[in-house]
Amino acid sequence: MTRYVCPVCEYTYDPAAGAPREGFAPGTSWADVPDSWHCPDCGVRDKIDFEELS
Amino acid sequence: MTTMGVRKTPAAGAARHTQERPTEWRDHKRYLWLMGLLVPLLPFMAWGLVEATGLGIFWWWGPVVVFVILPSLDNLIGVDRLNPPEEAISWLEADKYYRWATYAYLPLQYLSLPLACWLWTSGNLSTVDKIGLAVTIGCVSGIAINTAHELGHKKDELERWLSKIALAQSAYGHFYIEHNRGHHVRVATPEDPASSRLGESFWTFLPRSVVGSLRSAWEVESARFERLGRSKWTLRNDVLNAWAMTVVLFGVLLGVFGLEILPYLLIQAVFGFSLLEVVNYLEHYGLMRQKTGERYERTAPRHSWNSNNTASNILLYHLQRHSDHHANPTRRYQALRHMDEAPQLPSGYATMMVLASVTPLWRRVMDPRLLAHYGGDVTKCNIHPRKRAKMLAKYGAAA
Repeated sequence: MTRYVCPVCEYTYDPAAGAPREGFAPGTSWADVPDSWHCPDCGVRDKIDFEELS
Repeated sequence: MTTMGVRKTPAAGAARHTQERPTEWRDHKRYLWLMGLLVPLLPFMAWGLVEATGLGIFWWWGPVVVFVILPSLDNLIGVDRLNPPEEAISWLEADKYYRWATYAYLPLQYLSLPLACWLWTSGNLSTVDKIGLAVTIGCVSGIAINTAHELGHKKDELERWLSKIALAQSAYGHFYIEHNRGHHVRVATPEDPASSRLGESFWTFLPRSVVGSLRSAWEVESARFERLGRSKWTLRNDVLNAWAMTVVLFGVLLGVFGLEILPYLLIQAVFGFSLLEVVNYLEHYGLMRQKTGERYERTAPRHSWNSNNTASNILLYHLQRHSDHHANPTRRYQALRHMDEAPQLPSGYATMMVLASVTPLWRRVMDPRLLAHYGGDVTKCNIHPRKRAKMLAKYGAAA
């Protein structure tokens, strides 16, 4: 499955694992992550800046 | 979604450098970083100096060092613009020595606080002496926020936890949330409570930033619990658990030493977080990210004031290399770089803090620098709304 990586700090969002602490349960698709969400580790890139990692 | 790039080589960034020590290069600041530990030793030095000389004035040793000796050292020692070579960055970041040099601040910090409580209740200090000691302890708790800042940006759970512990003494535990997820997102925009504006004095900024940061931290955690579909009234809330540490810390100290230390505990906390706020004030004064359509442009080196003054940089773990910090917030202090394109302060943070407290002096030094940074175009600055008309009238002609 495609994962998404923050171009600054390499935090990676894997839809299979989700981000439970952020409120995204395992299985939450990237499309269901709101656009207003930003990288939880560095805070300097928004969701729309994330890059696909296949 | 259309702006999304496709990364072909997984973790290309991580693979860019090896973690081997470069043979030719030596870090000349390596052992100097231990000087940062002199700060939590200030109360011990104060006590020693009072004992040695019999002069009560030395209870004020903390502010003397921070506001007199450090600015003098900054101006005597001068600047250091050297950067570690690109190939050394990974090795530098991986070397655990550097993080232990910051962890060591905490035990010293929490030895100096009970020492002060014992001194406040010893019966040997006048009220003025006790206030002096509270301000000296406030220097420790304020600069502890800088240590917490370094630790709180890291991905390591232990470091994040230590960050909150370091913040407990200044009752500023919400900084851990607000700084990383509020300030870094909105820096150099009118929406950021922790970015100061052209025409805004430090004394106007202080309450705005204190209240705004508190509100921001609460909103960030509330939004997270809303997504989780759970109540935010839990110790899992990072704002509440950080504050709980302060309640426990102050509770234990009051239980052991009695209510008479309460005013001094409060003085040191307020002085401590005000020290942080004056640093916030000078880091982004008047700088503004311009809007490209709906969004603000990305944070760039031009959106932070920098300084290469060696003395302040050593004591504040390279905090003054602030542009690189905002570009790469998780990068460790020892690897932060000077950037030529970043606007430079005329001196180190220590000197600039003193300047910021005297509004006319600050404005005289900084307003022309800010205007010069924007080629004289005042409309590009982040202007204090109440002073907007006045600033446009004053500097508009040059645009």
